[in-house]
Amino acid sequence: MTLISSLNLIQTALELGLICSLTVLALFLSYSMLGVCDLSTDGCFTLGAAAGAVVVLAGHPWLSLPAAMLAGCLSGLVTAVLQTRMGVNSLLAGIVVNTGLYSVNIAVMGGSSLLNMNKATTVFTMAKDLLKGSALEGMWKLIPAALFALAAAGLLSLFLRTRLGLAIRATGDNLAMVKSSSIDPAFTTTAGLCISNSLTALSGCLLAQSQRSVNIDIGSGMLTVALASLLIGGVFFRGRSIPLRVLIMLFGAFVFRLGYTLALRLNMPAFMLRLISSVIVVIAISAPYLHSRMPLIKRRMELKREA
Amino acid sequence: MLELKNVSISFSKGTADEHRAIGRLSLRVDEGEFVTIIGANGAGKSTLFNLICGSLIPDEGSVFIDGRNVTMDPEHRRAAYIGRIFRDPMRGSAPGLTIEENLSLAAGTGKWMSLGSRQDHKRFRDALAQLGMGLEDRMTQPVGLLSGGQRQAVTLMMAVINPPKLLLLDEHTAALDPGSAEKVLDITKQAVALDRLTCLMITHDMGAALRLGSRTLMMDQGRVIYDVEGEERSGLSTQDLLRKFRETSGRELESDRMLLSAGRKP
Repeated sequence: MTLISSLNLIQTALELGLICSLTVLALFLSYSMLGVCDLSTDGCFTLGAAAGAVVVLAGHPWLSLPAAMLAGCLSGLVTAVLQTRMGVNSLLAGIVVNTGLYSVNIAVMGGSSLLNMNKATTVFTMAKDLLKGSALEGMWKLIPAALFALAAAGLLSLFLRTRLGLAIRATGDNLAMVKSSSIDPAFTTTAGLCISNSLTALSGCLLAQSQRSVNIDIGSGMLTVALASLLIGGVFFRGRSIPLRVLIMLFGAFVFRLGYTLALRLNMPAFMLRLISSVIVVIAISAPYLHSRMPLIKRRMELKREA
Repeated sequence: MLELKNVSISFSKGTADEHRAIGRLSLRVDEGEFVTIIGANGAGKSTLFNLICGSLIPDEGSVFIDGRNVTMDPEHRRAAYIGRIFRDPMRGSAPGLTIEENLSLAAGTGKWMSLGSRQDHKRFRDALAQLGMGLEDRMTQPVGLLSGGQRQAVTLMMAVINPPKLLLLDEHTAALDPGSAEKVLDITKQAVALDRLTCLMITHDMGAALRLGSRTLMMDQGRVIYDVEGEERSGLSTQDLLRKFRETSGRELESDRMLLSAGRKP
């Protein structure tokens, strides 16, 4: 492998990692902070991609970003209302919304399951035009992706320090306390899911524009892939401060993508991505649990040996 | 200030286990009163608090606060002016948030997008310094690292940082070791006196029930069976309370916990 090609490899991993890191940030908010496992992530990612692509094809690349976020926010609102006001179990609410979104997404794409943006102006082609002739020309995908990821990370860590951010964190941390306080946990859950889903949708919107196409499966498996990145990030540092943890999430997304790209280079078939993500998620969640049970298991085995 | 009119609530309705936890209870508490409440397990003390806070809605009767009927107001709306502390010190604060973040959540003035200000920081620091536990120098540490007593003291600060109209203490020192319990009780006394808070305190410690506050209620089977204040109260001993219970209910006050603490010198 030459230096140039390995640099390219890292750059591709970085681009994809940064774009998908927005979904990781979304899960950091909903899964790590709010304590809700939002199973509508896959559908919401596709929704953002589809809504963004439609707006891009209508000739408004900038407008595609708020449009995707708004669509994601609405999807999050539905998931939240189902679980906070209508008595639907939170996992089921996510699954139901995810399933429903499949139809919604095809409807958004005008009845087709594939949209091409080959000739359309996207946020990335605009960056390409802007950087033409400069030394950074080759980074026309990387730079916008990095800007969006860093801006989202900055805003999210600032948000988590606001009163609403603290209330969302407290809802995930000690629900009993929030229930008997003046904060309505239904409201904090709703706000948290709206924000996290708009980030997920933005992530999908950017990925679609960088690939210049959307298909109905663009988001499938995204929840597990992003969760794997989130948990990888968690392994690297057990930092306590929120801004640090948010930055580590970006880093985790990059490391995950880099590992994946390297594995592809080593002739791992591309279809293995999801299995590997699943295994990473299982290991990252169950390892601490099994570790804490180790002394008990050891004692049991010793007793058996003695008997 | 607080008024309950003919409030009743039953649990497990329509089953063989149906029982009336509170039966036609009426109670008036004036502003600035500090009321201690005693009674055996199952007497309805915590249920009474649940009805006042709105975590339970009575089957019959109404709850008034400052003359306004709040019977149907949701719990989180009432929590804006009612502070409540539970027996479990883990219950009242978020372990993953720092001491300062917990306080600023409790002190929040309702602007959702506001960040903590420097004045707030100083206010929290001063409040924590009053506890005399050195917590003012640990404001950036997660609350989960504190001991039960320290955590309950922080919970108390969270409840009174914006003085509530009504403070409800539900055996808030019962899960602490004797030293911490004494300390938290002292802080409670100070905080209530400082802001002249209207306060209801459930306790299993009969000595504390007579020593603290200005009025004592004894509850049994969902009713108030003895309500004492003023001179009559100051002449009472814990033995008198036990006798009173026997006379009114025809039973011994069976809780070991209460008997043990009744034996202790007030």
